[in-house]
Amino acid sequence: MLNVALPKGRLGEKVYGMFEKAGYECPSVLENSRKLIFENEEKGVRYFWVKPSDVAIYVERGAADIGVAGKDILLEYKPDVYELLDLKTGVCRMAVAAPKTFRDDPTKTLKVATKFSAIAADYYAKQGRDIDIIHLNGSIEIAPILHLSDVIVDIVETGKTLKENDLEVIDTVVPISARLIANKSAYKFNASTIEEITRKIRELI
Amino acid sequence: MVFAEETVSKLSALYESYGYMRFKMSKFEEYDTYVKNKSFLTSDNVITFTDTNGKLMAMKPDVTLSIVKSSKDEAGQTKKVYYNENVYRVSGDSHAFKEIMQSGLECIGDVGLYEISEVISIALESLKKIASCYVLDLSHLGIIAAAVDGIGVSKDGRKKLLACFGSKNVCGAEEILAEEGVNEKDAAVIIKLMSFSGIPSVVLPELQKLSNAEMAPYIQELETILSVVGDENVRIDFSVINDMRYYNGIVFQGFVKDVPKCVLSGGQYDPLLKQMRRNAKAIGFAVYLDELKEPAKRGTDVDVVLLFNEKTPINNIFEAAKSLRAAGKKVIVEKSVPQNIIYGEVVKL
Repeated sequence: MLNVALPKGRLGEKVYGMFEKAGYECPSVLENSRKLIFENEEKGVRYFWVKPSDVAIYVERGAADIGVAGKDILLEYKPDVYELLDLKTGVCRMAVAAPKTFRDDPTKTLKVATKFSAIAADYYAKQGRDIDIIHLNGSIEIAPILHLSDVIVDIVETGKTLKENDLEVIDTVVPISARLIANKSAYKFNASTIEEITRKIRELI
Repeated sequence: MVFAEETVSKLSALYESYGYMRFKMSKFEEYDTYVKNKSFLTSDNVITFTDTNGKLMAMKPDVTLSIVKSSKDEAGQTKKVYYNENVYRVSGDSHAFKEIMQSGLECIGDVGLYEISEVISIALESLKKIASCYVLDLSHLGIIAAAVDGIGVSKDGRKKLLACFGSKNVCGAEEILAEEGVNEKDAAVIIKLMSFSGIPSVVLPELQKLSNAEMAPYIQELETILSVVGDENVRIDFSVINDMRYYNGIVFQGFVKDVPKCVLSGGQYDPLLKQMRRNAKAIGFAVYLDELKEPAKRGTDVDVVLLFNEKTPINNIFEAAKSLRAAGKKVIVEKSVPQNIIYGEVVKL
């Protein structure tokens, strides 16, 4: 039985659709219930929904053999897993955004609010810029408005939220999309199944 | 910890059967030993303290460096040692120091194809002692270097490309190769290398097809080694990619079923010795015992809980327990039944 961790939410449903088309369906998954684990014995797969940022943990620690996680999570937490496929879905970008009136003053430490501390630190370290990271867990856009930070580093999909809060993108850090990941040990012992799933899904992209 | 201890004694017996000597080291070592080769260590956090004579000491984070330090270069000689030691490292998840039990083996000196093959076959036998279902991934850094060097990628690009090898990230590698303007033929070789993962009889012929002047001697080396260690549990997989500043040649990782992380890791580390101005070669590996899961616990902790009270003569208690133990039973003597233990029966005196 292959354990598959899917990110709860819209992206997860879309990704499940890819697994379904690849021939690994489990119809009960999309039923509107509070159940979190779904099994299709005949196809040898078991799906479960977890918080998107936790998928990598489930896979790295072997609770799931494979899973789907955003590139943002992989860059932030650097889990020791195989990154088998770019699913080219859930496409967005990690970007630096600031109020329209913002002018960078290189003589001052830049205050950066973000959920992705490691990515932000790495991005500014490469530029040799001295920054102060303010780690927030949500509603990042509010930080520069309340003068908590100068800029934010966050995921931008359409830019609508930024616009409504008078913010604009000033630089793209890295493009993001959903990735198929696998536990290293599980890959050794289920190589043929995992490779087949990867191949079939690749054909769909 | 019974399981880990049992494994340690099995591994020790195995290593001794190949003539490897036990290397015992003290808990502390001068910090100096580690600071010069900090990036060789898995984590660069080391517990340090000042000794009574003012010397900065460290709780050992690694055993290999100490073994290398204690060996001498003599032509035609190798130092073959094994160890069972606790090392102190920061664990990735908790960001706190952890005591990690580690077993391992090092072969330092005049190391050639025979020694390399010997160490790989001992690694395979070690895995066999740990679990019945196991895999040893074998990679050759020479082959990877031959493919990646000389195709005109920048230093940063090379680093990213090697990271892609480690995570089998074909899509990521394709992007880097395109960005760096690598020609299609060279790029195809790299992508092909990355996707190899299989038994030698299948992968070797494929690998031969990619061969060029630089790669050929390394592929030949790999082939010779595989012909001796030949085992269905070996896989050629270029996702094993140790730090090239310290490792070269053959590198490998071992996995056992149902343990999510690699339990054995090693390879040739000639560059480390070169950096330490030594005229020798080396190969070794470590077994990470803390990754191993204990098998499901046997039914009971004790067979008999022997209960006594203040009035029971002490002689009677001793006699009763002794006769039960003589009958091969595990007996715990208590005044009342202890909580949190699983027992067979309760006997009241």
